[in-house]
Amino acid sequence: MSETATGSPNLADKAARVALMSGVAPEPGVAKPDPILSVDNIVRRFGGITAVDVGHLEVQRGIITALIGPNGAGKTTFFNLVTGFDRPSSGRAASWTFDGRSLSRTSASRVARAGMVRTFQLTKALNRMTVLDNMLLGAPGQTGERLLTSWLKPTWASQEREIRDKALSLLERFKLLEKRDDFAGSLSGGQRKLLEMARALMTDPTMIMLDEPMAGVNPALTQSLLGHIESLRDDGMTVLFVEHDMHVVRHISDWVVVMAEGKVVAEGTAESVMSQEAVIDAYLGAHHDTDLGDDSLLEDENFAAIEAEADQESESRA
Amino acid sequence: MVDDNKHTQPVQDEAEDATVVDTATDMSDTSAAVTAAAGGDVGRPLVSDRVRQAATYVAWAVGALIVLAMVLAFLGVDAGWPTEVGFSMLDAAVDPQTAAVAVAVIGLNIHFGYTGLLNFGQAGFMLLGAYGFAISISEGVPLVFAILIGFAASGLFAVVLGVPTLKLRGDYLAIVTISAAEIVRYVGRAGSPAVVSERTGGPQGIEGQEFRGPINDLSFLGTGDFSIGSLDYIQTGANSWWVRLVAWCIVLLCALVVFLLVRSPWGRLLRGVREDEDAIRSLGKNVFAIKMQALVLGGMFGALAGMLYILPASLVPDSMGRTLTFYIWTALLLGGAATVFGPVLGAILFFVVRILVTGIADNTVPDSVLNTQQAGQFGWIVIGVSLMLLVIFRPQGVLGDKRELRFNV
Repeated sequence: MSETATGSPNLADKAARVALMSGVAPEPGVAKPDPILSVDNIVRRFGGITAVDVGHLEVQRGIITALIGPNGAGKTTFFNLVTGFDRPSSGRAASWTFDGRSLSRTSASRVARAGMVRTFQLTKALNRMTVLDNMLLGAPGQTGERLLTSWLKPTWASQEREIRDKALSLLERFKLLEKRDDFAGSLSGGQRKLLEMARALMTDPTMIMLDEPMAGVNPALTQSLLGHIESLRDDGMTVLFVEHDMHVVRHISDWVVVMAEGKVVAEGTAESVMSQEAVIDAYLGAHHDTDLGDDSLLEDENFAAIEAEADQESESRA
Repeated sequence: MVDDNKHTQPVQDEAEDATVVDTATDMSDTSAAVTAAAGGDVGRPLVSDRVRQAATYVAWAVGALIVLAMVLAFLGVDAGWPTEVGFSMLDAAVDPQTAAVAVAVIGLNIHFGYTGLLNFGQAGFMLLGAYGFAISISEGVPLVFAILIGFAASGLFAVVLGVPTLKLRGDYLAIVTISAAEIVRYVGRAGSPAVVSERTGGPQGIEGQEFRGPINDLSFLGTGDFSIGSLDYIQTGANSWWVRLVAWCIVLLCALVVFLLVRSPWGRLLRGVREDEDAIRSLGKNVFAIKMQALVLGGMFGALAGMLYILPASLVPDSMGRTLTFYIWTALLLGGAATVFGPVLGAILFFVVRILVTGIADNTVPDSVLNTQQAGQFGWIVIGVSLMLLVIFRPQGVLGDKRELRFNV
């Protein structure tokens, strides 16, 4: 805990984050200087298939951690388990703590109230409600949400005004202010992602979990989404996100956790992870050095060449 | 809930939305949204605009006809059978049982319209409220406590149904409510055991004079007949002005309560649960508790409706079976779910339009083709067909906000 002794570093500064994480060994399950989330023995089976089997994982406070892995690696299932949307299979006792509190065996709503809020891979905008109503729903501890007092407007009117102001300022930050009276269902896919993120922020979270925030978002919006995620970190929030786009992962993550077949196979900074043998085997295949965001990879002749190369490689390994 | 942003580009989406809004006329929004979601060609709605226009004119014409016939009947203008039909419609429109159904629809609106709970047993909630009230009164319980016992019976019923089903998907609540309502009715009409049948009166139910007394004692109206226009009822008694006054005042009171509740953050929470439970859960709200509150509250409106329903007549368990539940559903969809006055308008229209259709069919078609009894059945057929047309072409009902049902229902 030498870092805490020197006082909490200003994590909005990139050099400080690099310095903070440089002392951490790039190996799976490594201890972090100041973990906000710590997970032990979390196992989820679907029939005979073990979707998630994580022995130990810690998430550092105040930085952006990316969770990557090939399809079916169990990233979303892991998300669901940690946020209470799914329950671990019985077996070894699963336990995880968030901000010093145990969260194992609690409901999704309790997890959210504890300060860990999530978004969904398939955006859950409340389509038949206005953008502003979507936002107002996010605010915690509303007097007007209690049935017994809800019909008396004076009991909640002043709180409602505060919440409304907060919602409007968040909408402005996310460039959705003009849309506030439109139904959420009329927004584009990218705008819904922004709305979901803004709504999550209404709960004043200490940690925000984003499940594929860039899926289905056009490149122009990706840039602004990235900016928003970085600004969350700069505001002192911890961010954990699942992503496929390697550009995005390299660009904004301070730490990367790699999952494959339900297990954490590697951890480290983006650069170090992408050169680790386990990651190359599990995830990046023979082409870790090529740009995965490169469209030419998807053209047929290139694809055939890559396939041939991959075959060759697997033969030589055998 | 299908998210369509996976297969349509956001930029395209916006462009399409814009053109759709431009070309779509008032009522073609739902179908236009469907074509937009499919990414298909814009401007090919389900029905041509001309047909839609015609349907709108027909609806207005029917409305005008209803009002005209009722006004004529009210003024006592004798124009043959149209006046008779008009009078029947007028009578149905102010009937206390219509008011009772309106209250039941208001309760179902909290369940389905605002929270998205599929309750197919609203008549069961009514029946329990009615039994609780009627049996208590006939056992000598004071009026206020009898009413509270009716509420309690229904509320308890809601809790018992809700605990096992509200954590599951919505369909399960539908199955459980429809069968539980039938169980209540069958237990009530059973001839044995004697403990039950002595109190419920078996299939014959409970006579009106057993429970009507305390309500009529409260009446500040006189005893003789009284007429407003051509409407002529006794002032206090079984089918009286007093019962009508009580029933419609309660309808207005219920509408006021719903208005106060749904404009609050609690009402917003209900609509949020209707849209997506998991999203609400992820924001730290206790979804189970909210759904339970809505189920109990709507069930209590049902209980109140049951008490009103039996006031002008007697408590007959078979009159509060599946049929009544489906009347309530039709009235809700007709008036417009998730609106404050939709349920009231829907309940009135449901009874009035059926009388209109039956009356016209009976008086214009020769008896050799359609006799009076068959005309009555024809009225129900028209109600059924119009329910289908309504759900397909105007799912928001008469008063509903068309935007609210526009997106992927």
